[in-house]
Amino acid sequence: MTPPLIKFLEKRNLTVKDVNKKEDVMIARPGGISIIAGIVASELVLYAFLQLNEILAITITTFTAFLIGYVDDRRVMGGWFKPLALAFAAIPIIVFGVYGSDLAFPIFGTVQIPVMYVGLIIFMISITGNTINSIDVLNGVASGFMVIASFSLSVCLFIMQNYEVAIISLPLGFVSLAFYKYHKIPSKIFPGDSGALTLGAMYGAIAIVGGVEIIAAVALLPAVINSFLFLSSVKQIVEHRQIKGIPVDHTDDFKLKATNDKTAPITLVRLILAGGPLTEKQVGFAIFKLTIFSGILAIITTFLMGINS
Amino acid sequence: MKSGLYGFLLAMWVLILFGGGILVTVLGPFSISGFGPSDMLITSMIKAIIAIILVIVWILILSKLKNWIFQKEINS
Repeated sequence: MTPPLIKFLEKRNLTVKDVNKKEDVMIARPGGISIIAGIVASELVLYAFLQLNEILAITITTFTAFLIGYVDDRRVMGGWFKPLALAFAAIPIIVFGVYGSDLAFPIFGTVQIPVMYVGLIIFMISITGNTINSIDVLNGVASGFMVIASFSLSVCLFIMQNYEVAIISLPLGFVSLAFYKYHKIPSKIFPGDSGALTLGAMYGAIAIVGGVEIIAAVALLPAVINSFLFLSSVKQIVEHRQIKGIPVDHTDDFKLKATNDKTAPITLVRLILAGGPLTEKQVGFAIFKLTIFSGILAIITTFLMGINS
Repeated sequence: MKSGLYGFLLAMWVLILFGGGILVTVLGPFSISGFGPSDMLITSMIKAIIAIILVIVWILILSKLKNWIFQKEINS
């Protein structure tokens, strides 16, 4: 699906400049179209066999997030658009009632929050969608990150013997892996907001439907750190295009280096580069190593859940 | 720097575990009675307020930790 999409987008001049390349390289965007096609096709096949409302809720939520991202791809919207619009994407989960009202914590057990939990659902989809979007800064990072985080979550679901949701979660990892083939450095296609929001919203929906919210948050920690660092330095919700300061620049041999710009936001990439210039590939792998580390923490958290049950 | 990032990640994880413990031990058994059918709603609202306060405390602790771990890089 992705190779014909690349040709289609290139033919229609739907390309953007890859700012981290020395030459003027134009990359096809948005790849979210092939990501959503892969996810919807896989989930519909699963629905034919399993007939679960959970599949419908996750698929509709994911598709709504794709539409929101696609609008942002075609027309640049304000900083508040995506967080607010993604709150609506959570509605199918509430309408289908495919969630529990217990929030499970490791070691200590569960807490019942029936009214508050609905707010948590809306919040979670918005946060996971935007968090993945915020880490989509270098070739292959968003899709590669999602491969590691989603397979970690699937492993955790299997460990918890939540087999149905574990199977439903697998398309997220495999679609991310298939997309990574074309997104990895040097990218042939970018996911765009439509792709990043699709991946993030589906991840959040699986976490809610599977009742593994805390485990999912742990597996997502490197991206959460990135959002946290960004927000705590900028102190407001803004589109990255609106930021004037430059956090990362290039050396003469086009390696990435952290700037001394005090007006620029602090980001995960900027902190990774604080030790010295690195190639785009090296920064990507540093993020993947952090994600593997948080995936291991998520699996440990899953085993700690068993202590109280 | 990279070890600082792993340390920050680990600190976030520990804070999640501790925060969960506080939520379960403090919020879990908490309930209010005497308001008839509104008992559950009022209990939930109070739980929500406590949870939001805990999240704010969590963010403040993280901000302090961030400044402590990444002080040199942030100030440069």
